[in-house]
Amino acid sequence: MPETPGAELRPDARADVTDVVCPATFAKALAALEDLEKGRILEIRMNDGEAARNVPLSLKDEGHQVLKLRDNGDGTCSLLVRKLAD
Amino acid sequence: MAFSNEQLTRYSRHIILKEFGIKGQKKLSRGSVLIVGAGGLGSPAALYLAAAGVGRIGIVDADDVDLSNLQRQIIHGTDDIGRPKADSARAGMLAVNPETEVRAVRAFLNAGNIMDIIRDYDFIIDGTDNFPAKFLINDACVLSGKAFSHAGILRFSGQLTTYVPGRGACYRCIFKEPPPPEAVPTCRQAGVIGALAGVVGSLQAMEAVKYLAGIGEVLAGALLTYDALTTAFRKIALPRRDDCAVCGAHPSITAPVDYAQAACDLTA
Repeated sequence: MPETPGAELRPDARADVTDVVCPATFAKALAALEDLEKGRILEIRMNDGEAARNVPLSLKDEGHQVLKLRDNGDGTCSLLVRKLAD
Repeated sequence: MAFSNEQLTRYSRHIILKEFGIKGQKKLSRGSVLIVGAGGLGSPAALYLAAAGVGRIGIVDADDVDLSNLQRQIIHGTDDIGRPKADSARAGMLAVNPETEVRAVRAFLNAGNIMDIIRDYDFIIDGTDNFPAKFLINDACVLSGKAFSHAGILRFSGQLTTYVPGRGACYRCIFKEPPPPEAVPTCRQAGVIGALAGVVGSLQAMEAVKYLAGIGEVLAGALLTYDALTTAFRKIALPRRDDCAVCGAHPSITAPVDYAQAACDLTA
């Protein structure tokens, strides 16, 4: 389903990985994606720094579509990712 | 089932492997392995499988820990001398991973009890040190359609194969029957280098992990030999024998068999 430019991306599920450290951040993101159907969007809240640098790259490497990284202004950011791989 | 933060952290190095992932870890946690022998081979196999998050592990051994075991049986400590090996190994596994369900079985396997003992497990590891036990485990696994890892070590050499029903040779296809007891040196008489047990027992753990997680190719239909002195591995293809007495087209063995065992084997 193509995204309409400027339209709000609505997550189908949310995960918070601010309570674990790398690489468990990525492992927790994968666990959340595992429960979603292909094509669905997951919002992942993570800490700035190592997680924010690594988790998007790792998810992209797994074959998922990284849509948007938003700074929450509180030391965390939220990543929108579409599940594309099994 | 959902993994806790603690589990996701404990198993993170597995989960982030693309080929393994959450799916592989879930399969391990739902899987079960029976390790026969808490000795040189069983020690590293048990520790790695508990650490890996295998859901249920059975450990079978009728012996007590002896000072002469400790040079290679790394799951036991000096304080465990005199303690039943199955109990000591259970404690060792739980120390690594308290989430693992471990059943200690203080018994010698024989033709009368083996079918019942292996029934509840997905994969069997033969970590025994004598031919009668190896043939017994092979026959019971073939007869009950269970995959298992065979290994043997002596002096500086080891060998390994994985039996998967319908995929290549069983142990009896390779060696028709046990040699006469007096013809075989045991570890006790011939010696064995400690780290060799670690190499081969770890390979057995790897086979179990691959089998449970459904990744890669297990060592089915092939024998791997390892010479520690020359650091040489050889892999020899082994097709199933159509005339094998237990897995062949017309098997003569239809129930587990007990063979005589040299007395000194019992404490090797």
